This record gives sequence, structure tokens and C-alpha cells, in this order.
Amino acid sequence: MTVDWTHFTPWTSLAGGIVIGLGAAMFVLLNGRVAGISGILGGLLVTKREDAAWRIAFLAGLLAAPAVWLLAAPAVQPRIDAGIGTLLAAGLLVGVGTSYGSGCTSGHGVCGLSRLSPRSLIATASFMFAGFVTVYLARHAFA
Amino acid sequence: MNTLSAFAAGIVFGIGLIIGGMTDPGKVIGFLDLAGSWDPSLGLVMGGAILVGLFAFGFAKRRTTTLLGGAMHLPKNSDIDPRLIIGSLLFGAGWGLAGFCPGPALVSLGAGQEKAAVFVAAMLAGILIYVAAERLIHEPRRRARRPA
Repeated sequence: MTVDWTHFTPWTSLAGGIVIGLGAAMFVLLNGRVAGISGILGGLLVTKREDAAWRIAFLAGLLAAPAVWLLAAPAVQPRIDAGIGTLLAAGLLVGVGTSYGSGCTSGHGVCGLSRLSPRSLIATASFMFAGFVTVYLARHAFA
Repeated sequence: MNTLSAFAAGIVFGIGLIIGGMTDPGKVIGFLDLAGSWDPSLGLVMGGAILVGLFAFGFAKRRTTTLLGGAMHLPKNSDIDPRLIIGSLLFGAGWGLAGFCPGPALVSLGAGQEKAAVFVAAMLAGILIYVAAERLIHEPRRRARRPA
């Protein structure tokens, strides 16, 4: 393993993490909810209507975040190497997987680990493991 | 008030994802690429978020109401079962394939990224496929349990 020092951004990443933590903190302390994006989105597609307002509001906040960001700083250009077929397969896996496993990077990874939940620790270890293996297969074994 | 606070929390959370580089799939894959040249940044994103989260959730756990007086809804499920592990493995595979997870994908959709739109559409389809499959599996059982 070699460390990619040119792309390593310790301070901005730590700062981003702290801001994510603040968003999750606001959500649990003001709304009493766990900021698990897949769960919030999934709940919107299946549960009752009286539950919908806070879900839509939080998701709308996520969608509005880039516009708010642009008020203060220039847009960040992402590197998206995946083609349409890969994006479709990845999206399907993420949709089915987060529903079946009841959570994603935010719900299990950030909020669950913050709650010291063993269930979320196992989930996080599982998706990280699968992420490492998938990137290894895609980039090194079959590249 | 609850709707407003949820919207504000979503904006803050989303801006954190942008600052942390989570909305850049190239950076996410750089973190997942242990065998290549590894970018450890995302570990610090997780660390920073959990650092704040430990205090917030530690405080929330000791309360029955929110600061606005509403009910506290913390997850009660503590089961470690095959569903949890298989679902998380599938999710991780999808995450590694494209470098998107649900939150950053929605933020990127908000930024007008067409590829994020494709990913989000497939993700919604995935959720709906799961819901339909669950209904197919559980509906006959529920019917059978009902007294004739």
C-alpha cells in the first residue's frame, strides 16, 4: 500500500466530517431523528403521509446544499469515472442493499457508530469490506 | 418549526459532505483503493463526524424529548442478523462500483450532476424492488395467518 499524498486532504476532510456531525447533531437534537439518508428516503416511499414532511424537508436540504455552498465558495468538480451501465448497477445495489441492511454510510456509519451501536459497527465493517473488495476487483484484478 | 429544522439540518449535513469530499466519487474510490495509491481522507471525514456525533447522541440518549419538545426517535433494533450483513455487503459493492452513497448522490443531484441523477434513479428503483419483494414474500404468510 502506498499513500496518495497529493490527494490527501486531512484538514478539509476533518472539517467536512465535523460539519456532517453538526448536521446530524441538529437533526437528532431538534427533530429527534437519526440522519440516515437511505432510511429517510426509503421511509418516504413506503410509510404514512403524516411522516412525510420532515423527510422531504431534510432531503430538500441535501438537494439545496450545493446552492448554499455556492454563496460562499466555488463549485467543486467531481471525478465521476463510472459509465451509465455501472451507475445503474451501482444504484440498484445501493438501493436494495441499504433497504435490506437498514442503513448506509450516514445511518450506520456516522450516526450508528456515534450511538456506539454494535449492530451499526457490524454493518459499517460489512459495507467497508465490500467497498474495498469491489474497488480491488474493479481496479486491479479485472483492470 | 420541525420542518424548518429538518431542512436546515439537511443543508448543514450536505455542506459537510461537499467539504469532506464525499460528493467526489473519485475521492471516495481513492479511499476504497487500498491496493492502489490510497487516499486516507475519508477516514478523517468519518472520524470528524463521529467526534461530534458521540457528544450529540450521548446527550440525545439521555433525553426523552428533543430541544423543541418533540419525541426522540432513536433506533431500537439491535439485531445482528444475516439481513444486516448481506444488505450492507450489497450496499458496499454498489458504493465501491461508482463511488456514490445515498447522501452524496442526492447532494450531487442537487448540484445538477447528470450521472448522479442516473445513480439516484437506479437507487430509487432498487428501494422499490426491495419493497415489492418484501410484500411478495410476506403477503401470502399474512393472509394464511388470518382466520378463515
